Amino acid sequence: MHVALFNSLQAARSAKTPVALVTVLSDGGQSLVFADGVEGGLPEPVIVEVRQRLRDNAGGVIEHGGTRYFVDCHNPPLRIIVIGAVHISQTLVPMAAIAGYEVIVVDPRASFATAERFPNVRLVDDWPDEAMEALAPDSRTAIITLTHDPKLDDPALEVALKSEAFYIACLGSRRTHARRLERLRALGFDDATLGRIHGPAGLHIGAVSPAEIALSILAELTAVLHEVETVAKAA
Amino acid sequence: MTEANAFASQDDILATAGSWVAEGRKVAIATVVKTWGSSPRPVGSRLVVDGDGAMVGSVSGGCIEGAVIKEAFDVMSGGKPRLLDFGVSDEQAWDVGLACGGKVEVWVERLEG
Repeated sequence: MHVALFNSLQAARSAKTPVALVTVLSDGGQSLVFADGVEGGLPEPVIVEVRQRLRDNAGGVIEHGGTRYFVDCHNPPLRIIVIGAVHISQTLVPMAAIAGYEVIVVDPRASFATAERFPNVRLVDDWPDEAMEALAPDSRTAIITLTHDPKLDDPALEVALKSEAFYIACLGSRRTHARRLERLRALGFDDATLGRIHGPAGLHIGAVSPAEIALSILAELTAVLHEVETVAKAA
Repeated sequence: MTEANAFASQDDILATAGSWVAEGRKVAIATVVKTWGSSPRPVGSRLVVDGDGAMVGSVSGGCIEGAVIKEAFDVMSGGKPRLLDFGVSDEQAWDVGLACGGKVEVWVERLEG
């Protein structure tokens, strides 16, 4: 790989621009394919297929005219938006970062969302509905509410449920969750939509400590991401 | 390889390759391009090696890294980029391969400074 192409690749990745690195698996010729442009030279049908794969985040080998091309998709990292700079967030955030997620913590309460409690993470101190509108969750975003406070969790959920977020979860007991669903139902959300919420958040692994709860939530999120059935929650 | 390196994200791996080249080190990048069966690392996984054998990332659970690094040395000393093919290991023949029964293709190229 020439360093010029490598630098373009790294620049696109740090700008969070989706890009595919395409390698001809014979002579090693390489190109970058963006949604709206190409750096290098590739046959048009290959570009079309690469763009589809980039949208699907599905890297792999494709063949065209007897030539094999390796498509390496670089989409921005999956995001987790955490509502609530609470104790559980303090373990969930670094765990999620290790797992490769970009993590954003939303909490308008200044005493909670401090850099001391959350080093090296993006903290947003806007009200959750405003913060969520600005963050614009998409199909590569997960949303986890952890405050237990309807004033903070519910506005975030209203935005989450109107988005294509791949995972939406809420911390809180079954009773708390039932009340939450009632409030959201009163706002006009139907049962199918409310069924997208994982509540209480996390797999049933007997989690007690903040770290264990964080682990159970990340495990459930991973299972949902990879569309794997999980063990049914204990009644 | 340290634990931290084994689990480094792709970000760190490519960034490391870039910083090594900027320091004037010879660098090769190995990338998993295709897998069959129960291969340990998915398509797009990377191993970056420098001229002294320092490495970050992985292309398998450690089964084929030795053979990949050997090819990487050749590529970074001016050899052509190449596609390597690894199948199930044949223990009788002391063959390099994957004990898990998977198959994997790995692309090895030099990062030119």
